[in-house]
Amino acid sequence: MGITRRDFVKSSAVAAAAATVGISIPLSVKAGKEKAEGGWRWDKAVCRFCGTGCGIMVATKNDRIVAVKGDPAAPVNRGLNCIKGYFNAKIMYGEDRLKTPLLRVDEAGNFNKNGKFKPVSWKRAFDEMEKQIKRALKEKGPTGIAVFGSGQYTVQEGYAAVKLVKAGFRSNNIDPNARHCMASAVAGFIQTFGIDEPAGCYDDIELTDTVISWGANMAEMHPILWARVSDRKLSNPDRVQVVNLSTFTNRTSDLADMEIIFKPSTDLAIWNYIGREIVYNHPEAIDWNFVKKHNVFATGYTDIGYGMRTPDHSKFTEKEKETVKNEIGKVISADEAVSLGYLGYKEGDIMEMKHRGTAGAHWLITFEEFKKGLSPYTLDYVAKVAKGDPDESIEDFKNKLKKLSALYIEQNRKVVSFWTMGMNQHTRGTWDNELSYMVHFLLGKQAKPGNGAFSLTGQPSACGTAREVGTFAHRLPADMVVKNPKHREIAEKIWKLPKGTINPKVGSHIVKIHRDIEDGKIKFAWVQVCNPYQDTANANHWIKAARRMDNFIVTSDGYPGISAKVSDLILPSAMIYEKWGAYGNAERRTQHWKQQVTPVGDAMPDIWQIVELSKRFKIRDVWGAQPVPGLEGGLPDVLAQARDMGYNPNDTLYDVLFANEKAKSFSWPDPIADGFQNTEAEGDKRKIYGGDGQLWKGYGFFIQKYLWEEYREFGAGHAHDYADFDTYHKVRGLKWPVVDGKETSWRFNAKYDPYARKAGTGDFAFYGKALKKVPQGNLTGITNKEKKDLTNKAKIFFRPYMEPPEIPNKEYDFWLATGRVLEHWHSGTMTMRVPELYRAVPEALCFMHPQDIEDKGFKQGDIIWVESRRGKVKARIEGRGRNRPPRGLVYVPWFDEKVFINKVTLDATCPISKQTDYKKCAVKLYAVNA
Amino acid sequence: MGKAINTSRRDALRKMIRSSGIFAFGGFGWGAYLNKAKVSNLVLRPPGALQEEDFLNSCIKCGICVDSCPYDTLILAKPEDNVAIGTPYFKPRSIPCYMCPDIPCAPPCPSGALDVNKLKAQQDTTENNGLDINKAQMGLAVIDTDTCIAFWGIQCDVCYRACPLMDDAISLEYERNERTGKHAFLKPVVNSNTCTGCGLCEHACVIEKAAIRILPRDVAMGKVGDHYIKGWDEEDEQRLRNIKDSKYENTDEVPAEDYLNNWEDLIDE
Repeated sequence: MGITRRDFVKSSAVAAAAATVGISIPLSVKAGKEKAEGGWRWDKAVCRFCGTGCGIMVATKNDRIVAVKGDPAAPVNRGLNCIKGYFNAKIMYGEDRLKTPLLRVDEAGNFNKNGKFKPVSWKRAFDEMEKQIKRALKEKGPTGIAVFGSGQYTVQEGYAAVKLVKAGFRSNNIDPNARHCMASAVAGFIQTFGIDEPAGCYDDIELTDTVISWGANMAEMHPILWARVSDRKLSNPDRVQVVNLSTFTNRTSDLADMEIIFKPSTDLAIWNYIGREIVYNHPEAIDWNFVKKHNVFATGYTDIGYGMRTPDHSKFTEKEKETVKNEIGKVISADEAVSLGYLGYKEGDIMEMKHRGTAGAHWLITFEEFKKGLSPYTLDYVAKVAKGDPDESIEDFKNKLKKLSALYIEQNRKVVSFWTMGMNQHTRGTWDNELSYMVHFLLGKQAKPGNGAFSLTGQPSACGTAREVGTFAHRLPADMVVKNPKHREIAEKIWKLPKGTINPKVGSHIVKIHRDIEDGKIKFAWVQVCNPYQDTANANHWIKAARRMDNFIVTSDGYPGISAKVSDLILPSAMIYEKWGAYGNAERRTQHWKQQVTPVGDAMPDIWQIVELSKRFKIRDVWGAQPVPGLEGGLPDVLAQARDMGYNPNDTLYDVLFANEKAKSFSWPDPIADGFQNTEAEGDKRKIYGGDGQLWKGYGFFIQKYLWEEYREFGAGHAHDYADFDTYHKVRGLKWPVVDGKETSWRFNAKYDPYARKAGTGDFAFYGKALKKVPQGNLTGITNKEKKDLTNKAKIFFRPYMEPPEIPNKEYDFWLATGRVLEHWHSGTMTMRVPELYRAVPEALCFMHPQDIEDKGFKQGDIIWVESRRGKVKARIEGRGRNRPPRGLVYVPWFDEKVFINKVTLDATCPISKQTDYKKCAVKLYAVNA
Repeated sequence: MGKAINTSRRDALRKMIRSSGIFAFGGFGWGAYLNKAKVSNLVLRPPGALQEEDFLNSCIKCGICVDSCPYDTLILAKPEDNVAIGTPYFKPRSIPCYMCPDIPCAPPCPSGALDVNKLKAQQDTTENNGLDINKAQMGLAVIDTDTCIAFWGIQCDVCYRACPLMDDAISLEYERNERTGKHAFLKPVVNSNTCTGCGLCEHACVIEKAAIRILPRDVAMGKVGDHYIKGWDEEDEQRLRNIKDSKYENTDEVPAEDYLNNWEDLIDE
């Protein structure tokens, strides 16, 4: 079958666009591009699952996705996929897709919190939402409502949600489940570099000599990247070294030259051991040229708590208080007496948590002070503190630590440190991230090809949406924050809002949204693209609060999960290829796709749901004076200013935020969308009756393109530059900053990054702008409040080793770590509905050491109780297979709602990042019939 | 609940088989012959099962092993199953053997059709009554490398992770992917010495029809003659024990003269 002239023109346009950004497309792909054959159409998209960001091609026929293939032109995966990616074609067609709005109603059809779910129209759904939001706003002001957002939002969805919540409702209560995933990485980046996201890119894998994985099971969680690490290892097996640091043996150890099993939380001590080795025993390894020019030394408070509520909270049980009491004061252990000796603590002392409210505060110290801080981390001390496998000899463990530090220190050896949840889900997660940069900076092995500490992400757009768009309680797009008046001003200007519209008070992070619901402070919450009632630790509290208190919870989802089940209203959402969108992966690569098919049932895209809701609110409803707890004087009345700007008080938030003149200038149809549909812009073949009860015919303009083009104004010229919308539809993604049509592979390095070049500070410039004016002091505190300017410099932090707030004791005698499996995505709402993946891994198992199984009198395959101070679940014991914990630790994945392990986990967080520590709490195990 | 239903269904089936045995007693020999002749040789038996021929001769179709299986893996063959009626077998794609370390199924076998001697632990141990489920030889996993997506470069290895003897019965072979230039293949490889044929791999395989399947060991495996021993493997010499003492096994000797005296075809006229 020949290619038509039009197809040929299209293909050559793609080839031309690809050529301009220096990407080569294999010949076969060029020829096959969009070639219509047998009635199916191929078009590029991106995998729905993890943060790797594999490119795929989607085949549609008769308005249904019939197949996918790895995109051979995609630089990340070159046509390959993992098995989640392999099933992208099936994820939208599960038997129980949500197809219509469902509301809890009584016999008469009125909303009733204790009613059963019944199908309702979109109009009825929005009527109820409007009523409930207005009630919450009246009762509590803007902080009475909240949105549970996601790193799985498309960029435009996240942007629309932030705009509605922050500019429209003037609330900062929007926070993504990425908080559970990436917040410690973000805080580490911001505190160290002043700007978020990794310096390097995946090419580091091919360029490095050493891959050191810290608290990341890359083999299962980032399989395509692991295939690249494996290839690198094969390319030079003697030279290339791979190390796996973990609290249990996992598949990543298979390829590793060395596996280090450490006790939970002691990664902090291991990093400091490496730091000490460098500073005390190998000072010649310090790249003083780099450090003097580009770094400063810093530290902060230690008495910052563990992100829990204080024990006086009325909803805590006595059992919970045993742990929660540590939030206000913790008894210093023998191990901590060594690491915190510099603050004068001795074993048995109580550390009073005086700086819970200023956990992130930090100050500059001298190198001598920094060196002093590292002095306790001798090999003997760290080996004793950190050895995680009771069956390993201390000498073997010491030798491993020595070998590890030698790999880092070895001159001319390139080293990449990767990490994921082990270092982020940590009650000192921000510190842990900072310590990785500490080691890499001292050695001058950062921001160079093949050298660097590289934070991997879990979700497909944790970077692209949650972080870059800023769907967080404290953020605005492009790394700006609501606390900063200049940032608010910039946002108000781009959004065309009256000055003072944006709420300057940081909103509630995702765990606090749950807590606020339990405390009756939040009365309305909307769950978007996530499953927070399954994925939040200590779930019993939040489920009870949602079901038994006076509030209204809405869940938008493709499939019914725990969050939908506990909600009052469920909205059916269009899934990934049923809408236009964009994701940003872990190497800063932004990738767009087009709507491939009409959504199923009455499901509608999240953008549409957000925008339809905006039609229900006039600016006079929300832009008058508003009370905000903790904000003196509340939010000002900005309606007079709005009138001066040409707005009418009766204009809706839709008119102002989403259908303004600029928005309408992005006309539909658009040549870039030739041959593709757009449910939001023009309606679709279904007869959907929209929020107003009328037949849905579309906005009449290209809303996704408008949202993208407005969004990228935030970052342009501020080192967050993106290309225009159309370009992304011609290339296989681009790594930002995209300057003069060129992507950036290594940031902060003047050879590759135009912003670093522009700074004029030589080969490197750490030009991030946040937290660059810092007071000075010593290890114990601030001595000089005068703030030093750190423009273009990055910080090397000293952070001590501390224990987590809950460790095993006689009663709760096991560590519990949770995590994921390759076969299932997060809470399993999609992958558990793919029959093949369900059959492969139908249930979450409790992985346990065979000796522990025997000692407890259990048998392989027994179902046991796993119980903490907060809750319990039944799980089947597995003493074999993929995860092999040392004695004293069990591992239970969280994807399976029938093994609801988050009823057991502890909602302690890193006090700086507010990211939950899912990797460690104490449990007891006993037979079901005991 | 599922277990209860299955139990009653099994009871009904067993009664049916037993009663048919009683009423058709006269024709038993014929029936047995038919069963043997018709049945597939691809049937997978419980742990410790004798060689198929011996197993069929020993199994009394009591169903005790089936009742003992906590996972409902073992089923009693029904008339339409193409397996000798009433004998226990399993279909790993439906329910594999979960390899219980305490082996509840084989020891209660009253007939010896399931022979615990085949499951004896290598070392003397009292654990699990001296039995070791890893010694089971129910079958052998065989991979079709054309349809196995790991051989395409897809990062799958589901079978490997499902294997209870991971890294032993199934291991991964790492190989560079020249097409992409930067990824590795992680290809599953089965070790026939340690694979028990439990079928957890076949059960887990994510493609439409499993690319890794369990076959009876004698069907799946080749056999190397005892006349050649691996020069690099001392253990391999054990095979020489199979050699029988007699120098010439096939004793139909042919006199050399028969050949030597036959001139006719050698000279072209």
